[in-house]
Amino acid sequence: MTDTHCPYCALQCAMSVTQGKVSPREFPTNRGGLCQKGWTSAELLSSPARLTTPLVRRDGALHPATWDEALDLVAAKLRELRAEHGPDAVGVFGGGGLTNEKSYLLGKFARVALGTSQIDYNGRFCMSSAAAAGTKAFGLDRGMPFPVTDLDHADAVLLVGGNPAETMPPFVQHLKGAELIVVDPRRTATAELATLHLAPAPGTDLALALGLLHCAVADGHLDQDYLDERTNGFADAWRIAASWWPERVERVTGVPVADQRAAVRILAEAENAYVLTGRGTEQHASGADTVSAWINLALALGLPGRRGSGYGCLTGQGNGQGGREHGQKADQLPGYRKIDDPAARAYIQDVWGVDDLPGPGRSAYELLDALGQPDGPKALLVFGSNLVVSAPRSQHVVDRLGALDLLVVCDLVLSETAAIADVVLPITQWAEESGTMTNLEGRILLRQAAQRAPEGVRSDLEVLQGLATRLGQPVERFPVEPEVVFEELRVASKGGLADYSGVTYDRLRAGEALHWPVVEKSTPRVFLDRFAHPDGRARFIPVDHRGPAEAPDADYPLQATTGRVLQHYQSGAQTRLVKELVDAEPEAYVEVHPDTATRAGLREGELGAVVSRRGRTVARVRCVPSMRLDVVFLPFHFAGEGRANLLTNPALDPTSRMPEFKVCAVRLESV
Amino acid sequence: MTRNVVIVGYGMAGARLADEIRRRDPRAERVSVTVLGDEAHPAYNRVLLSSVVAGSLSPEAVRLHDADWAAKHHVDLRLGGGVSKIDRTRRVVHVGDTEVPYDSLVLATGARSWVPPTEGLLDGNGDLAPGVVAFRSLDDCARIVNAASPGTPVAVLGGGLLGLEAARGLAGRGCLVTVVHPVGHLMERQLDRGAGRVLAKTLESLGIEFRLGALASKYLPGDGLLLDDGTQVPAELVVVSAGVRAETGLAAEAGIAVDRGILVDDALRTSDPRVHAIGDCAQHVGTVSGLVQPAWEQAAVVADLVTGTAPASRYSGTTVVTRLKARDVDLAALGDVHCEVDDPDAEVLCFQDPARGRYAKLVLRDDKVTGAIVLGAPDAAAAITQLFDRGLPAPTDRLALLLGRALPAENEASPADLPASAVVCRCNTVSKGQIVSAWRAGATTVSSIAEKTRASTGCGGCKDAVCGIVDWLAASQPQPV
Repeated sequence: MTDTHCPYCALQCAMSVTQGKVSPREFPTNRGGLCQKGWTSAELLSSPARLTTPLVRRDGALHPATWDEALDLVAAKLRELRAEHGPDAVGVFGGGGLTNEKSYLLGKFARVALGTSQIDYNGRFCMSSAAAAGTKAFGLDRGMPFPVTDLDHADAVLLVGGNPAETMPPFVQHLKGAELIVVDPRRTATAELATLHLAPAPGTDLALALGLLHCAVADGHLDQDYLDERTNGFADAWRIAASWWPERVERVTGVPVADQRAAVRILAEAENAYVLTGRGTEQHASGADTVSAWINLALALGLPGRRGSGYGCLTGQGNGQGGREHGQKADQLPGYRKIDDPAARAYIQDVWGVDDLPGPGRSAYELLDALGQPDGPKALLVFGSNLVVSAPRSQHVVDRLGALDLLVVCDLVLSETAAIADVVLPITQWAEESGTMTNLEGRILLRQAAQRAPEGVRSDLEVLQGLATRLGQPVERFPVEPEVVFEELRVASKGGLADYSGVTYDRLRAGEALHWPVVEKSTPRVFLDRFAHPDGRARFIPVDHRGPAEAPDADYPLQATTGRVLQHYQSGAQTRLVKELVDAEPEAYVEVHPDTATRAGLREGELGAVVSRRGRTVARVRCVPSMRLDVVFLPFHFAGEGRANLLTNPALDPTSRMPEFKVCAVRLESV
Repeated sequence: MTRNVVIVGYGMAGARLADEIRRRDPRAERVSVTVLGDEAHPAYNRVLLSSVVAGSLSPEAVRLHDADWAAKHHVDLRLGGGVSKIDRTRRVVHVGDTEVPYDSLVLATGARSWVPPTEGLLDGNGDLAPGVVAFRSLDDCARIVNAASPGTPVAVLGGGLLGLEAARGLAGRGCLVTVVHPVGHLMERQLDRGAGRVLAKTLESLGIEFRLGALASKYLPGDGLLLDDGTQVPAELVVVSAGVRAETGLAAEAGIAVDRGILVDDALRTSDPRVHAIGDCAQHVGTVSGLVQPAWEQAAVVADLVTGTAPASRYSGTTVVTRLKARDVDLAALGDVHCEVDDPDAEVLCFQDPARGRYAKLVLRDDKVTGAIVLGAPDAAAAITQLFDRGLPAPTDRLALLLGRALPAENEASPADLPASAVVCRCNTVSKGQIVSAWRAGATTVSSIAEKTRASTGCGGCKDAVCGIVDWLAASQPQPV
């Protein structure tokens, strides 16, 4: 029996694996609970869909090849492209599900072995808005700057744009004692649990947040002592919120004035209160500002940095937190260092033994958009991501991938992206390899190998070493032992914001709870004494409502929003191969109000088409009376013509470069 | 060469226009902006004055700009000196002894309170008599708040939107408020008689008294108002909120065409194309709005034009939703509501529940909301406003729309009534049928059912439901062998 953690979401539920079977384990985060994904996670270990040999495209089809053939081919092509077009001709795309060791070594591989600036990852589509806003407000982005178990003692929780009852079910245990206020345009499973459900029109969350700040002031809930002692910048934020009186906010958002007031009152009167955000409010072209507005509300009520209350973001992907700290992001180096900071560069150059490093590169969507263009990458290496399904405006992304000279995908199954690659490299998965993950509360977890990988499969670390050495790198620069990589990560992160220098595999094996930063001691609660800005104070960020990038019009009168269902994870590349999960949720569907379906000539259970300026998705109609008349919802886990992301709008947030996944203009029609 | 844009008026329209111009031209590369304000202090948000009267916001909190705003945004702001004259030939405006030249002039002069011809409200100089205050400016608010100590009898002249907001705020401060209104029901422009009555009843429950259909004939200083029916309303303070008149004097003297307001076209141009007018002083297609939303939309259009950012920008009117800003009173009125339920050309629904302060009227044409009054039903008000603003067809379930959350919640089905396909444990997709099968196969406790089906092993939220099914099975079914 091996103790490990679930391969899916950021809650990283504790489980044990015994001879290919999974059982839940007591742990502070999941308390012995597992959802259906967790219970069935071991199925993929022995799935007949597993890839066990490299595949190389010849004459239009993928054919089995040896590892040496595949790696030689990739290295030769990369060298050729680099010689012809320069190092930025090669791009790297990572993922928020990769272990810390892989994220770290991937960033190093890109900058040292390839010498490219063109690396980013799918966390850009996930955590980037909350990360940007957290950094602005607090000087540091740790999704939850407190342990999840602190929420057990909350009297009130405002949960904005998160649906944990479906996305991380065991987490809901921590909300049981609180009055729960849920902000979501849909009446989700989580909204059903709420004392108060605020349902703003899609793309109007920022106006709602401004309205709640207005109510906090007008109804006498401002924590003036806290503002004076621990924050800067309230006056500028208020000047804007002053113009968002609740009646105006009601008109823009559709949230009744009485509910706005009640929400603020519940939060303000609670002894212990939290504001938590999720993707629903973050995945917008104004996502970073929207999160800033929610943080402003939390600050006005005096919540962050106090024991028993605070602001946090619910990280989504398995290693969504650690994955953004160690250098697979276009603008960052290990330890959450900024790549344009000369001191940070000098330090990392020293650790890596190199003289120079590339600068910042393109953000995820911009990188994908540039593929095969005259000044864009000609080759792309993909790790831990299924872009064909998960990127916005996905048909365009497929076209860009098709314009590459070389697409290399590392995956354990033939994902939709692997299926169009030139070279596919079969890799190990969670229970077959060791590595650390940093969960949603900034706690570093050790996932230990529980069983041997099938013959023919290699780890991502081995792939990186295999390519790096073929590109002329010394072998010791790219170790394949996770613990050895981690030892190097410790040094590289030392002195950075996300300092892991005090974390060791031995301490993790001994079961120590280590929340970063860890120089020696763990930091479960980051901001109790001071925030991470030089003056120790949190900052209000003055932000104003902008509205969705694409407004509905006569041709596209409805708004589409996307999200997850309990049974599937991300692009569904893994979960769509588990029979029990597929039986429960077999195919793409679209939730609509019954009247909206009728007007489109559609009935419950029929196939309908959802059409945007960018594409057309075919999905099974589900009539849901609680839906707004002008909104449709699609889960984004399904492939082919059921891809929700065929519709989505790649309008980007100016700071976080987050695409606007959560709202675009569509129409509904019969197929 | 930058062009000179001069804005006369530093209220909500003028201040917004300056902001909108600087949003388009942040470094003053296209236009220089001069703002001429009457009042001595920085612009403030007039919409929030009722909150100042109610005491929920401080005068400082309703400022639109900080003291350093003008300097930070390259705006030449001159306060406290009124414009005395516009010379359109020489293209200058006169402020005291100085002349300010313009290339484009924007009049945002706003409106002034209208004082009814009640004897004694004005003193010999035409100013408001002692004890009488208008409800228009921040200074007015200071005077009102100053005089409104708890227990003070106050008369509010005017039962329109602003008068009622003031009355509500004063009642909240503990004043003894009587509203005197010349029409038979409140807010007669926005409400029908039935809604007006329910509104009065709601406000009465908050301590406000009403004298409807009554004219004040004489102001008795320190004593109150004498009404035309011979009765008297006690008042140590009289707040006048009987409507406003557009401030058109400056324009008219300069020979610019005015009617009830300064006449403007879709480009907000007056009869002199170099001169624009926006906000409360402007009359666009017969409408003098007096509301902030049109003023802001007009400011955006003028900013597009004077900066040359969008020369085709035009203003096409604003749909108006009237929303009373008064604590514990939820009232929204929109569109045309003055028709009867048997109107042959419209579908009209009306729900009246005066005992609980609820009144809802919905007017639909071609399936779309064209008018509504919603009182005492907050979420219906919000939902109907969204349908109206977005031009969406109304849901077929009109009743649910009209009543909002007032519908009784569906009772939770008992275990016996639940269909076998109903999912009991969402985390693990376990249906009632699967639980029943497990029980029949010998799993008769919650924990053995969990082992067999995984029900309740996710978030644990369904434990009670599983327990209920087990109890029901134990009581109603033959025990498994």
